Amino acid sequence: MAAKREGLSDKIAIDMTPMIDVVFQLITFFMLTLKTVITEGDFDIRMPLGASAGAASEDPLPPVRVRMTAGPDGERTSLTMNGQPLGDFEELRRRIIDLVGTGPGSNADKTEVELDCDPTLTYDNVIAAVTAVSGMVQPDGTVVELIKKIKFAPPKKN
Amino acid sequence: MARKQGDGPTKTDIDMTPMIDMTFQLITFFVFTLNFSTAVQDDRVQLPMSQLAKPAEGPSVEPITLQLMSDGRVIYSGEPVSLQDIGGYLENEKRVMISASKEPSTATVIVRADGRSTTGDVQDLIKVCQEKGFEKFVLRAQYDESH
Repeated sequence: MAAKREGLSDKIAIDMTPMIDVVFQLITFFMLTLKTVITEGDFDIRMPLGASAGAASEDPLPPVRVRMTAGPDGERTSLTMNGQPLGDFEELRRRIIDLVGTGPGSNADKTEVELDCDPTLTYDNVIAAVTAVSGMVQPDGTVVELIKKIKFAPPKKN
Repeated sequence: MARKQGDGPTKTDIDMTPMIDMTFQLITFFVFTLNFSTAVQDDRVQLPMSQLAKPAEGPSVEPITLQLMSDGRVIYSGEPVSLQDIGGYLENEKRVMISASKEPSTATVIVRADGRSTTGDVQDLIKVCQEKGFEKFVLRAQYDESH
């Protein structure tokens, strides 16, 4: 299209085609490299070598033993803390808070949790137990940290 | 610009402005959502959910990611490997670390285990790693926003 010569308010038609081409290339590139990353987090577990060699001896307080048994399909059939049966992981968290306390003067740093699980138990329960003992999310979204030292009891052969 | 009504093929001017505006918006969106994270994630593993699974600050030291599927096989560098065979691959990891004059005990083994896998398999996997001299383990979980 030839630009009109008459008149002062001439409009110059810029050829947009190359720009639009490049822009679509860019869109395609960024669309294809798009990755939706799900937020993930880690829980540290203490699994030093030679666990039987008294690796936890520096802890002044005895470890809290959390025992979970499994049914035939791997579902959790019981949850006990130091031998006391508990209903759910919320109760476990309350017992842990009762035991170590929160805020300054808390014994959370000095306490260790030992998870003793049946080998057939589904792993969901382990993470739920670890979540229950390692912290608490308050209604305002802040996290109160509880016990960080978590280990597995040596697996039993059956 | 008035459209010509004369003979011959008429050219129609399409107003490109809204399309270009929208296209730039899209580009901006994709540029901002671009991330270069090298986090290993795999659809074959469905992580257990946890409210406390907040992402750690900074990357782990010498990470080795082992993903345990619900059927008990381990995904090691993208390939499913049986739990019995993972020891050989870990031996390689250990040798590579030693040849780079790093202690295997400084490596962090990231266990991404499926929520439906059994605790016994997870413990077996950890045991194999321990036999190869790896000492630091983290259990990975997916952040549960529903609470």
